[in-house]
Amino acid sequence: MVDSNKPQGPEDHSRRKFIRNSGIAVGGIVVGGALGSLIPTKQKDKDQSNAEKPINYNDALMFFTMEQFQTTEAATERIFPEDELGPGAKGLGVAYYIDHQLAGPWGMNAKDYMEGPAYNAEATQGTQTLMRRADVFAIGLKGLDDYSNKKYENKFTELTAEEQDDVLQVFDVAKEFKLSGATTKQFFELLRSMTIEGAYSDPLYGGNKNMAGWKMRDFPGSQMGYTEAIMNKEFVKIEPQSLREHMG
Amino acid sequence: MAKKLDKVDAVTVGVGWTGGIIAAELAKEGLNVVGLERGGDRSTEDFQMIHDEYRYAVRYGLMQDTSKETITFRNKPDERALPMRRLGSFLPGEGVGGAGDHWNGHTWRFLPYDLEIKSQTDKKYGKDKLGEDYTIQDWGITYDELEPYFYKFEQTAGISGEENPMGAPRKHDYPTGPMKSSPILYRFKKATKNMKLHPFQLPSANLSEQYENPDGETINACQYCGFCERFGCEYGAKSSPNITVIPTAKKTGNFELRADSNVVEVLHEGGRATGVRYVDVKTGEEFVQPADVVILTSYVLNNTRLLLQSKLGKPYDPKTKEGVIGKNYCYQITAGATGFFEDEKFNSFMGAGSLGATVDDYNGDNFDHKDLDFIHGGSLSITQTGQRPIENNPVPKDTPKWGKDFKEKSLHYFNRSLSVGAQGASMPHRNNYLSLDENYKDAYGNPLLKLTYDFTDQDRNLHKYLSEQAADILKEMGADKVEAKEISEHYDIVPYQSTHNTGGVIMGDDPETSAVNNYSQMWDVDNLFVIGASAFAHNGGYNPTGTVGALAYRAAEGIIKFMDEDKQLVKANKDRQLV
Repeated sequence: MVDSNKPQGPEDHSRRKFIRNSGIAVGGIVVGGALGSLIPTKQKDKDQSNAEKPINYNDALMFFTMEQFQTTEAATERIFPEDELGPGAKGLGVAYYIDHQLAGPWGMNAKDYMEGPAYNAEATQGTQTLMRRADVFAIGLKGLDDYSNKKYENKFTELTAEEQDDVLQVFDVAKEFKLSGATTKQFFELLRSMTIEGAYSDPLYGGNKNMAGWKMRDFPGSQMGYTEAIMNKEFVKIEPQSLREHMG
Repeated sequence: MAKKLDKVDAVTVGVGWTGGIIAAELAKEGLNVVGLERGGDRSTEDFQMIHDEYRYAVRYGLMQDTSKETITFRNKPDERALPMRRLGSFLPGEGVGGAGDHWNGHTWRFLPYDLEIKSQTDKKYGKDKLGEDYTIQDWGITYDELEPYFYKFEQTAGISGEENPMGAPRKHDYPTGPMKSSPILYRFKKATKNMKLHPFQLPSANLSEQYENPDGETINACQYCGFCERFGCEYGAKSSPNITVIPTAKKTGNFELRADSNVVEVLHEGGRATGVRYVDVKTGEEFVQPADVVILTSYVLNNTRLLLQSKLGKPYDPKTKEGVIGKNYCYQITAGATGFFEDEKFNSFMGAGSLGATVDDYNGDNFDHKDLDFIHGGSLSITQTGQRPIENNPVPKDTPKWGKDFKEKSLHYFNRSLSVGAQGASMPHRNNYLSLDENYKDAYGNPLLKLTYDFTDQDRNLHKYLSEQAADILKEMGADKVEAKEISEHYDIVPYQSTHNTGGVIMGDDPETSAVNNYSQMWDVDNLFVIGASAFAHNGGYNPTGTVGALAYRAAEGIIKFMDEDKQLVKANKDRQLV
């Protein structure tokens, strides 16, 4: 019988480095044995804390106009607001994530079946629209302003948080207001799911800034494994790490 | 104009578990085999950035590209079928290894009851237990006949497990011992023991230790990293075709793997298959690959579609219940319950695809159905597969789905909820079937497959019963709040449920009611074998892969036999005998 405490997977250079760089901090519990000795604290992090905060050149727009970006930022912040538990969508950079995704294959429905004709579907048959996500999103953002102007005589970003919630509620229910070519519900579902994705996807996609989304969830991101820790009866708190760690 | 290639002994359409097993077994016998796979080639080295929930679990990095091929769907035969424009309810794989790369690794043997479901149900509960619209039938093979092939697959994959007191009888222990019994599993086992049920560790293709299989391939020990289903394994610790049967086939020198090769037609003449026509999906070039034996080893849906498209076998007609191709499409009834715990936090972000514990007390005919309004049941398991934050936001039902309250609750319950889930069996119904669509075409100009499927009363009753049992277990486990799952009124193609689609080219002992014999050889075409869950006459109360592997090993034996004898390997009907 092989000792199951020892990792027996292949360990190439980058993986060894990955383990070494792992900053593991166990809340209240000492994880001993193989895991503890495998994963020393990373020295580099401490050295960097005094350095000047680097500019993130990824925080710029490939799809939205500035105005669309601001509306998206405001709307996603209502879906996932900042509170005493931690940052909201704005602080997590969710709008940058959405911008980058809409500019790429996802926004253009690259892997969806887009052949016509498009008929009205039963709810169980799924969406039939041939409109691309990027277009649905742009029309939805315009719709938020149109509806806000109609009801509150102001654009969405100028409304109070309560008013913004009311507008989003109307879009979620999708009875009162219509967009051209899409339903407000379609837009809202896209907005909602992309907000969650932007909050929790690997930071490489532009959201989940500094892994703050993961930290709020006590989710450690991409770890090598938990062969030892999995037997722990107490909750094990581990400092998260992202795929960037694989790059050395 | 398609370019005609040199003839080979055998060609497989698809290179996942079934195609890989066939390739390995035939190539070891000295037969030359070509494997055609519609997706790209890949191996463990391709999985270095695999810990990416967004890319793989949310955006389906390893799954079928629906812009090229999809299905159309409707609930009832009188509705208009419309294209499934993106993946949802199920996720067919694509690429070398197929779904054998992104599976979780639950590896079961269907119960003896499954294989003789019609005769055993009739005998015990009378002929009208379900009514004549439910087209259940025996599989044309018994468990005892299939037992050695189950073991063969378990040996190839190195399955880690322990005795299941309510399961199919085993002649040998599992090749490797059970995985770790983590505190979450331990709690389930303790609770179910208190309830006089019979828990055991779920049989797993994530291995408890490093293992060398009989072909000399090594599978590593699982690292419990929490990225398994929908992901490939960067450690080579989850058994897949890519680290077992495919390298075994390659080592013989008799196997040629052609990736990015999408088969669009099975060619045939005078009742014999002559080869396949395929498209190089990168260049658009067309080829004809002649072969002595053609073996369909793609997914359930595509096995069925290729036969219908190539006009092989008699298409099923729900009005008359005649014909066989497309018949008895079944699914998985995913009952279950979720428990919320206020004062405890679980390490649910850690895990492995098959790290789980199960009770089989409510599976098959392990419990009396005399006073129940359904047959069969399902395995009930707790699994610790690694909860990731985009896809897992368990909150009590009365929670809003966005805003402050949602955020607070989804953060709170992420590590404070546990679920018990059922792989509920799915019984065939005359109106649940596969056919060709008249209106929509794929990227190669061929008709899409049409799925007509809805839940039945049998499904609803089974779902309710199993969900109640799951809820009881969670209460015994100490959950503060338990919510049982409810089945939707109609089957809905949008939310993910299960990639356990079955049927369409079913196995049996009668050519009038089944498409293939118990070697997966087509009744109508002696040199055409159709392998996979497409052969299931119904879907059992377990994940399907163990049974798929067993059928593939039996088929391999049949093909080798056929190469010598060149005839039907099984005599049809009543006085069935194995030749």
